[in-house]
Amino acid sequence: MIQVNNLSKTYNGTTVLKIDTLEIKKGESFGLVGNNGAGKTTFFSLLLDLIQPSTGNIVNNEVQVNTSENWKPFTASFLDESFLIGYLTPEEYFYFIGDLRGQNKADVDALLATHEEFFNGEILKNKKYLRDLSKGNQKKVGIIATLIGNPEVIILDEPFANLDPTTQFRLKKIIKDLADNPDVTVLVSSHDLLHTVEVSDRIVALHKGEVVKDIQTSEETLKELEAFFAV
Amino acid sequence: MIQKFLYLEWKAFFRSASFATNLALKILMGFVAAYFILIFLALGVGAFYILKKMNLDPIVTVNKFMIYYVLMDLIIRLLLQKIPVMNIRPMLIFPIKKATIVHFSLGKTVLSFFNLVHGFFLIPFSVVLIIEGYDPVSVVLWYTALSSLIYINNFLNILLSNKDNLFAIFLAIAAVLGGLQYYGLFNITEYTAPFFDAIFNTYWAFAIPVVALIALYYVTFQYFKKNLYLDAGLSNKHDVAKTEELTWLNQFGTIGTFLKNDIKLIKRNKRSKTTVGLSIMFLFYGFLFFTNAIEVYNNPVMHIFAGIFVSGGFLITFGQFVPSWDSAYYPLMMTQNIPYKGYLSSKWWLMVIATIVTTTIASFYLYFGWQVYLTIVVGAIYNIGVNSHLVLLGGAYTKTPIDLSSGKGAFGDKKAFNVKTMLISLPQLGLPVLMYWLGAKLGNPNVGLALVASMGVIGFALKNKVFSLIEKIYKSEKYATIAAYKQKG
Repeated sequence: MIQVNNLSKTYNGTTVLKIDTLEIKKGESFGLVGNNGAGKTTFFSLLLDLIQPSTGNIVNNEVQVNTSENWKPFTASFLDESFLIGYLTPEEYFYFIGDLRGQNKADVDALLATHEEFFNGEILKNKKYLRDLSKGNQKKVGIIATLIGNPEVIILDEPFANLDPTTQFRLKKIIKDLADNPDVTVLVSSHDLLHTVEVSDRIVALHKGEVVKDIQTSEETLKELEAFFAV
Repeated sequence: MIQKFLYLEWKAFFRSASFATNLALKILMGFVAAYFILIFLALGVGAFYILKKMNLDPIVTVNKFMIYYVLMDLIIRLLLQKIPVMNIRPMLIFPIKKATIVHFSLGKTVLSFFNLVHGFFLIPFSVVLIIEGYDPVSVVLWYTALSSLIYINNFLNILLSNKDNLFAIFLAIAAVLGGLQYYGLFNITEYTAPFFDAIFNTYWAFAIPVVALIALYYVTFQYFKKNLYLDAGLSNKHDVAKTEELTWLNQFGTIGTFLKNDIKLIKRNKRSKTTVGLSIMFLFYGFLFFTNAIEVYNNPVMHIFAGIFVSGGFLITFGQFVPSWDSAYYPLMMTQNIPYKGYLSSKWWLMVIATIVTTTIASFYLYFGWQVYLTIVVGAIYNIGVNSHLVLLGGAYTKTPIDLSSGKGAFGDKKAFNVKTMLISLPQLGLPVLMYWLGAKLGNPNVGLALVASMGVIGFALKNKVFSLIEKIYKSEKYATIAAYKQKG
């Protein structure tokens, strides 16, 4: 589904990301772990064509992302709050995204209804604009918005950060359900090894911009990762 | 402690994103400031002799109109003066007395350009008074009193800076008073002039504004000290939100999707609301040209200038910041499946609708005759045909992120509208004035009008071409724009 070729990103002579080759298969649930500055967000930004690669390229479903925009219809993402429109209410935001993804109001309402539990009554019909929601609640909106329009690739940067324990638990269930769908490829990054291990079938660890581990998740994976990061 | 604050201020000033990217603009603003200083200086030195020549007693005349001077000063401040406060939140937890923080924040405003500029008028005028043999003590006391009034305005502006659209109310008051006086119905100066005269003629009256200033400083100080909490003066205002569907826009397809968003953008953000208020002011700007208020303005070439402004206030103030209005969520826009054409068209339609509405409202200018209204309509045609494209084109290169929610309580770090905004919009007016002048020179004013209107029509015909050009710029500037919008402040 996603093919990375000789990708690198350099700022003022410092290489922040260098991945020679990496292939993410269709339907895979892909976890990206690493310390601060390891290059997780840089990788996602490159995948979404928000920054330009210094060398190489990324091909998303046979579309090279920095030359064509045809990856946009089937790719959904939430990296940070700059993916939210602050002056809209959550409902308006969902419908706006729905409009862009060719979903009518009824489609969006049906999707929202299935995630009522995740929202925990704090999102919908709350008379608040997105800018006035707490960080955690903003994140909930952003995550659910990526599910609108049945995208084939879903990219979530640090989805567990800022969420309360109950919501983290519910989010894991949502991501696992997505992972069970063979048509959906999920990419999740996190600092939290345990969460990532639980939701991903494959984990890649980045360190200083390079892939240092690439493992299929098994019972030993968490120990292996903990051993690696416990320096 | 104050030194530490000054150090932070220094850093904040030189490291702000706008300082690095807009050096040219800073220089231009420097020139404008110098220009105003010179005008005030000339006014200060010359006012005395000009009034003398007109057989008016200079000090009496100045005192008479001082009420308008003070009122206008307050209005301009409410509209333009940013409240320069340092980022206060991080200071609260450090061992710094709250009083120090507030004193410093308030003290900083004293050095604002809006206060100092008056010195360029008042000081030379006072010096001339002394040279001309007026009692030096009276002059000094008078000067002290007037400076106090200016600073009263300064602190009033700070206290009132949280309130929306106050400047419009004050402007209306000033306009009504001026109108009543012009038509001889009610003369406010009869009531205020004795006060200003007393300041000059007695040794005690100057104390009134001085005491008022001290009292006001105390009130402002107490107000902020009391509100120096995250959930009071430093809090963000939360509005009660209402979901609006605006379903009637669905029939316009993609453009409707964006129009819905743009309407909400304008309605719900302080910054954009100020823009709308400003364009309403532009609507009345024509009075300066079409009445005989200012003689040099009342000629046909200046009229077409007014025509552009009256009909295009919104277009100019809103359009030049496309796509910066969406800067806060630009990465979202860039990852969604968004057709640039639909996005641009939505903004374009918004400007066109606003221009048509403004032009319709402006029909009250018919009072000044058909020719005047025709000029405004021609201005509107030019705005829709040419300026709408020019502002979008210019906007494609504008990489200043917009802080939509700049009304962050009294200690917010940005005022919604600033002088820069006005400067950028000036070049769009030169061309039609030139065309009109040419037409009027070669034929008659109507030829000039026809020339300007035909330029508008040609521009309109080229809409698709311009849009693809802008689209290309958007694409080539994409990464730079995303990076620039990430920088705040």
